[in-house]
Amino acid sequence: MASVENLDGHHSTGSFPADPMHQFEIARYVDINIGGFDISFTNSSLFMVIAVILISFFSIFFVRKQALVPSRMQSLVELSYEFVSNMVRQNVGQEGKQYFPFIFTIFMFVLFLNMLGMMPYSFTVTSHIAVTFALAFLIFLLVTIVGFVKHGFGFFGYFAPKGVPIFMLPLLVIIEVISYFTRPISLSVRLFANMMAGHTMLKVFSGFVISMGIVGGWLPLGVMVAFTGLEILIAFLQAYVFTILTCIYLNDSLHMH
Amino acid sequence: MEAEAAKYIGAGIACLALAGAGIGIGLIFSSYLQGALRNPSAAQAQFPNLLLGFALAEATGLFGLLVALILLFVV
Repeated sequence: MASVENLDGHHSTGSFPADPMHQFEIARYVDINIGGFDISFTNSSLFMVIAVILISFFSIFFVRKQALVPSRMQSLVELSYEFVSNMVRQNVGQEGKQYFPFIFTIFMFVLFLNMLGMMPYSFTVTSHIAVTFALAFLIFLLVTIVGFVKHGFGFFGYFAPKGVPIFMLPLLVIIEVISYFTRPISLSVRLFANMMAGHTMLKVFSGFVISMGIVGGWLPLGVMVAFTGLEILIAFLQAYVFTILTCIYLNDSLHMH
Repeated sequence: MEAEAAKYIGAGIACLALAGAGIGIGLIFSSYLQGALRNPSAAQAQFPNLLLGFALAEATGLFGLLVALILLFVV
């Protein structure tokens, strides 16, 4: 079996023809270094640019001719708009309307990155914790700022739920504070772990197809097809969960408990 | 014990987290089906919650898988 060099220079001689982690490697296309910060244009950046271009094309060009009876593509745009709009209305309420553009952007961005990652030879941007944590931390900051703008210092009351016996309060405040501050971590790790584990699993099974040969290889190939279907479901579901949790967090800071 | 062997054993143990995820996903779908068969008219409204619960339960198992992958490929 071929020995593949990992990112940190170790040689891993796994029993698979290809290293399942190879797909997550960052490749620099254009080296850019400003003030000691490495902001090179990588394959990760390339796929983010592709996603943004696709989303813009999707949501600007297809609704340019606004027909009363929508064309197929126009109804697809309307479908995704209504999907997110319903999600915001049900989870945040009427006040959430002004945050709709932000939540729609988050949903479309994560969905397109997940779906682009399902294409062969593409790169899954959301399988890197740096990207998902940056997104989750942005949401965490926004939600906290919204809470403080709306409620002022009264937002600290969020950590002390009403109607709790006074002797329980110190313990509960600690739990509430911890659960509040682990939000960006759980939000980002959920998306990143799902995407990374799923894509690694696909690569491991495609390794079985090669290593089991022309006779036995058909079984893992069939499993691969089913797993690819499952992964497409997961790609959508994780974008959905990421967005709905954003809505729930926003609702928490708008309406407290 | 060799460090390499301990790494593989640790990765195997970390994958036990997936048992919990399996139990959780099974419970979610069984409860949904029980509820849906008792009151089919209310089932459709709870479908998003089913998916949300499924994704949340699955993610906890994946944290364990992530630990296994880190042990195998990073440490």
